[in-house]
Amino acid sequence: MSNVSSTSTAEPVARLIAALHRLPGVGPKSAQRLAYYLLQADQQQVTELAEAITLLKQQITLCSTCLNISDAETCVICRDPKRDVAQICVVEKPMDILPLERTKAFKGLYHVLHGTIAPSEGIGPDQIKIKELLARLQDSTVREVILATNPNVEGEATALYLQRIMSPFGIRITRLARGLPFGADLEYTDEVTLTGALEGRQQLG
Amino acid sequence: MTPPRSYRAEAIVLRRTELGEADRVVTFFTAEYGKLKAVAKGVRKPKSKLAGLVELFTHSTLQIARGRGLDVLSQGEVIHPFLPLKTDLARSSCAFYVAELVSRFTVEHQENVDLFDILLGTMVELCETRKSDLLLRRFEMQLLQCMGYRPNLYHCTACNAQLKPTTNAFSPSGGGVLCPACAGADPAARGISVNSIKVLRLLQDGDWATALRVNIEEHLAGELEHVLRVYVEYLLERRVQSATWMDKVRSEVRKAVPPDLPQPSQGKGRADTAAAH
Repeated sequence: MSNVSSTSTAEPVARLIAALHRLPGVGPKSAQRLAYYLLQADQQQVTELAEAITLLKQQITLCSTCLNISDAETCVICRDPKRDVAQICVVEKPMDILPLERTKAFKGLYHVLHGTIAPSEGIGPDQIKIKELLARLQDSTVREVILATNPNVEGEATALYLQRIMSPFGIRITRLARGLPFGADLEYTDEVTLTGALEGRQQLG
Repeated sequence: MTPPRSYRAEAIVLRRTELGEADRVVTFFTAEYGKLKAVAKGVRKPKSKLAGLVELFTHSTLQIARGRGLDVLSQGEVIHPFLPLKTDLARSSCAFYVAELVSRFTVEHQENVDLFDILLGTMVELCETRKSDLLLRRFEMQLLQCMGYRPNLYHCTACNAQLKPTTNAFSPSGGGVLCPACAGADPAARGISVNSIKVLRLLQDGDWATALRVNIEEHLAGELEHVLRVYVEYLLERRVQSATWMDKVRSEVRKAVPPDLPQPSQGKGRADTAAAH
């Protein structure tokens, strides 16, 4: 990768540029800018960054309950006594928890599937963390499972499949609504979204 | 002469992979250019105008700009979103299978209008049919024929003798049926019942309306599926990934609700007499 820089700059810098370039969303130019920035930044800042990166891999494991990333046996959300243990929100990946937490509208627990059913990639229900979810439903504390998989074909298939295999538990199963994003313009909304918005319309007052 | 900077295509989405932060690389099958890939920028953001166009199985007309590397989707209009293929688990699993087969059997930029029509017709029918098994068998036969692998169902592929109404053998490497005398020549050949051959012939040469009237019992449906699956996987030299999921969904459906099949064994179709083995 980027041997453009390796010929024209010192080897340690070229190595850093190559490493940065491998990060998502970082192109060759950004990688160069970051590398030269770090070169002139003060030692403490650079050490902090390097340490943070090293510790990231050393200290992070998966929560034994919800499979979210965690620095301990159970994650911060699962060990918070104020959270409602009767609700579980099912998401595809750990990152999906962040926007849901930002809403401050959900007080329950999460379950991270670590993927979706993707038939064309050969990923079926056994390749994602469904067994672990079903295990959590065994005792009767859970009253509602909210399916927050992405609104695309794979996310939908995953949600439909989960709904089917969870129905014997007799708990409430809900799916995030599909509809118009706030600030959107009807004129530019595609039919599928609009259909979803119409179907999921709600009575005012 | 420089080629035009952008072009139009009527397309169905076969698959897509994520690219960068919010983009996707989408594989389409188009009427004009066969299979092609294009980048759809920003489609993973909620306000994307293009997101609906690049969802799996969607049928649309697209405007695509030539890029330096990959071409870039600029705009388009959905013709048919095929919602049942996205919201019904069984239909969705079949659509994955259809899309995967088309994707595996084709190479990019090789125009094939017939195959586009087959794909579109199958997706349209798949949204409504109650006989998705038979529809998939028809799709497989059409696809095979279109790609030049039409199986020979009338004469033995080894000795060319006309096939007799008895248990013959299907040979994937021979691309058709072997008579009992020649069946030993291909160790991979497996027995194929008279009824299976009849149904396959009907799917190959008969019209769909006639095929739909045939009452196919479960074990015969299973045999048909197996014969064609083995042949397809022999040709592709690989497993069909989405078949596993389709099989799983079907077995779950059978468990959950009793199958709403027409009453077994009473109907007198053309292929419901002799036993299969």
